[in-house]
Amino acid sequence: MIAELMLILLTAVLINNPVLYYFLGLCPYLGVSNKVDMALGMGMAVTFVMTVAASLTWVVNNLIIFYLNAGYGIDLGFLRYTIFIFVIAGTVQLVEMFLRKFFPHLYDRFGIFLPLITTNCAILGCCLWIDVKGYNLVAGQEGVAASWKFAQALLFGIGNGLGFTLAICLMAGIRERLNFSDVPRDFRGVGITLIVAAILAMAFMGFSGIGG
Amino acid sequence: MARFINGILPENPVLRLVLGICPTLAVTANIKGAITMGLAATFVLFCSNMFVSLLKRFLQPHLRILVFTIIIAAFVTIVDMFLKAYMYEMSRQLGPYIPLIIVNCIIIARAEACASKSKLLPSLGDALGMGLGFTLALCILASIREILADGTWLNMRVMWDSFTPWTIMKLAPGAFLTFGIVVGINNFIRRKIEERKSSQP
Repeated sequence: MIAELMLILLTAVLINNPVLYYFLGLCPYLGVSNKVDMALGMGMAVTFVMTVAASLTWVVNNLIIFYLNAGYGIDLGFLRYTIFIFVIAGTVQLVEMFLRKFFPHLYDRFGIFLPLITTNCAILGCCLWIDVKGYNLVAGQEGVAASWKFAQALLFGIGNGLGFTLAICLMAGIRERLNFSDVPRDFRGVGITLIVAAILAMAFMGFSGIGG
Repeated sequence: MARFINGILPENPVLRLVLGICPTLAVTANIKGAITMGLAATFVLFCSNMFVSLLKRFLQPHLRILVFTIIIAAFVTIVDMFLKAYMYEMSRQLGPYIPLIIVNCIIIARAEACASKSKLLPSLGDALGMGLGFTLALCILASIREILADGTWLNMRVMWDSFTPWTIMKLAPGAFLTFGIVVGINNFIRRKIEERKSSQP
């Protein structure tokens, strides 16, 4: 059981890395990967919000929408995306308020990144992929099965956040070195960053055998 | 009209402004997917620009992003249901990337930069131009990747028979690599054009 959960975590970090495999969250990936400490701050903020958002959307999607549909025949499925976006925006807002009140030091560090995270597609993507991966409830599962699925979804969220942090920190480290090298003029900036990302993605493909 | 042309090449959202690149890389493994994605995004962009432009008098500054997102989410849901009903295969292939149009930066950026400030017609022109520019960029990338990965273009064989497919172009690294090189070439062409302009008085 524990091994299976660890496998989900590891897979989300290394193999199904949100940036290098699913192409999610590329805007901050290209935008804030100039300095390692900034990248780390962004990565931590994303991991934090992603974990909270993944668990909240799982609860909304599986407990509220699912039971309304099963118990009362009210199908709110068509509102799912709107609700997800609301939950994410709300989470970001809550996290911001919480940090400002209780961890002002952390707030100063995350401050500028937090509003950006609302429109970070890695977060919404993670919440949507939980569905695709089959970590959601299907009819007839309750109790233990539900908490087991929830644990899977939660670890998938954490893993995705850590994967994002890993990818953006690696990229920031490379880009700090890249400042000293002689890149062809037209490829400076976005061009060379994407090509470096290609090489990183190729390296990450090497992990794809883990866990079969 | 000027706005329409502006979006297609001079300010191409993908190649010049580097916006909305997440779906750009994810769906360009073949051309059909790229065209569907481009048209879906164009539709959402068109409708959301229309609504934002009509509602701009009622927008409160601190709530505007939230309102944009809700409008966009509504139209994305429509597109998603349409694809599920009429193009099931395509919907399966694109998967969660269709709902991800909600957080596509192009659409929010156009609502913010253009539709919330201008009248109905200019913002519709802007939406069409930007949308087609997005579709065009997707098609360029998808063509390169599909030709190199499968030797086909829209399922027609274009390469010679003994051509070895470059499987890597279909995977993630190929996407990053193609996009990086296309951005570089685009910068190069622009620089040449500008140099020529400035050398002729």
